[in-house]
Amino acid sequence: MIQIRNVDFQIHGNPILHDISTSIPKGQLTALIGPNGAGKSTLLKLIARLEKLQSGSVRIDGLDLSATPTEKLALVMAVLSQHTHVSSRLRLCELVGFGRWPHHHGRPSAHDRAEITRALELFDLTALADRFLDEVSGGQAQRAFLAMTFAQATDWLLLDEPLNNLDMAHARALMRHLAGLVRDQGKSITVVVHEINYAAAWADHVIAMKDGRILAEGPPADVLTEPLLSRLYDVPVAVGTHQGRPLILHHV
Amino acid sequence: MSQIAPTTRLIALLALLLAVVSALWVWQGLPDNGRAFILNLRLTKLVGLITVGAAVAVSTVLFQTVAANRVLTPSIMGFDALYMLMQTVLVIVLGTTAYVTLPASGKFLTEVGVLCALAILLFGTLLGKGARDIGRTILTGVILGILFRSADSFLGQLLDPDTFATVQSTQIASFNTIDADLLPWAVGISLAAIALAIRLGPQLDVLALGRNTAVPLGLRHSALVIGALALVGVLVSVSTALVGPVTFFGLIVAGLTHGLAGTARHRILLPVAALIAATILVAGQFLFERALGLGGTLAVVIEFAGGLFFIHLLLKGRVR
Repeated sequence: MIQIRNVDFQIHGNPILHDISTSIPKGQLTALIGPNGAGKSTLLKLIARLEKLQSGSVRIDGLDLSATPTEKLALVMAVLSQHTHVSSRLRLCELVGFGRWPHHHGRPSAHDRAEITRALELFDLTALADRFLDEVSGGQAQRAFLAMTFAQATDWLLLDEPLNNLDMAHARALMRHLAGLVRDQGKSITVVVHEINYAAAWADHVIAMKDGRILAEGPPADVLTEPLLSRLYDVPVAVGTHQGRPLILHHV
Repeated sequence: MSQIAPTTRLIALLALLLAVVSALWVWQGLPDNGRAFILNLRLTKLVGLITVGAAVAVSTVLFQTVAANRVLTPSIMGFDALYMLMQTVLVIVLGTTAYVTLPASGKFLTEVGVLCALAILLFGTLLGKGARDIGRTILTGVILGILFRSADSFLGQLLDPDTFATVQSTQIASFNTIDADLLPWAVGISLAAIALAIRLGPQLDVLALGRNTAVPLGLRHSALVIGALALVGVLVSVSTALVGPVTFFGLIVAGLTHGLAGTARHRILLPVAALIAATILVAGQFLFERALGLGGTLAVVIEFAGGLFFIHLLLKGRVR
């Protein structure tokens, strides 16, 4: 479980997060939703130690974020950021290989190479393994970053808008795969998603944020309701059901 | 791993090339009388050239990795200008006589230390957060470089001609006045710095992924940035102290290295860059001294030849 206690965060005096206290359940697929600027990515960055905690505390499976060596945290939690800028020219297989770095620190073993091959297969990248990152499409590059995160083989996965640049088929395949990892391997996965129907269809737990506060949290059926979503996004939203799960009609 | 063979071959090939150029440099047109004297002179210069080349190359590649940018070099960011400014200030504070009589090694070591500290202070704050805004980083760097150069030339104008001559002698790039007393120190320090950089290779590979990807992989990002900048400071001090500001060709060397090496692994990139730079310097100085009869400047020779080769690689699509 990730426990977040009394976390405030400011950028140049502008409050981004207000006294956030919540917990992300272990062994579930959690979706972080909310309008632009709600503080979803900031919260994820604080957990990922990309931003320094200004106040409050975060514990991951009991490990205090500010007291645990970063090398150890890298074996517990893998993170895919929203913005990735790679300055070196890498082949996809090399990029995915970096996912194993926390395990070998520069000396890959046969096991590490096997894991890289497996991650490439999992994300449909085997045929592209020797291509350079700047020679593939945005969606293929995104899948390579995802494969890197998976190769890290951690209990926790934090993914900031993993569906960016993915087409319908690959987006669905990714969500299905994430749900499978949670169900079959007991992984705990947190994703920031904008297309709310992916949260409705696949998530076990939803945290809805607005203006740096948590507006609601709980199972999708409790959070993804007409009044709550209308309040969250400040637009009228209709919610139906499809195969027993909420179906949000927000585009008409 | 399939890519080890070609890179090993590349390194062997470059080492061979450097050996051939060096041999040519040492033995070409050796006169019959005074052999020992001239041989000694040439060997000193050869060691100086190779040291400077390796230092410039490794510092440029390191800096580009830290800055996450293939355009910036320590030279553009004003590292060598900072070193020269330091020398001018030293002359003004101590006076010519005291400056000239300072023990060379002690002065050199202090200067290396001070430049390291300044490099970390100035560029560490700029790049520590992972060069979020490339445009701002470039702008700040270029402005700092101009500031150091202008401050240096301003202070130079305030000096009387005698003192200025002392300052100037340390600030004109010249391979003809390599300080033989400094050489052992310079070689030792750059060898240590380069060895350390190569040791840090796998970590530098992760650093090149950008902060957002490197930090979650468990890299101690700020510590590595500061360490790498310190190494850049040391290497720039070494090359500038030995022969003056010659970091101009770092850009070409780094471009050639990335084009030829075909890998992003620093364990390969750093030695390749060092070998390329050393070869270019020795070959350039050879042409400059023996073929052009000291006409023109070495910078012109190097940038002309290096630039042509770079364009060739660009057209072949090996540099991006």
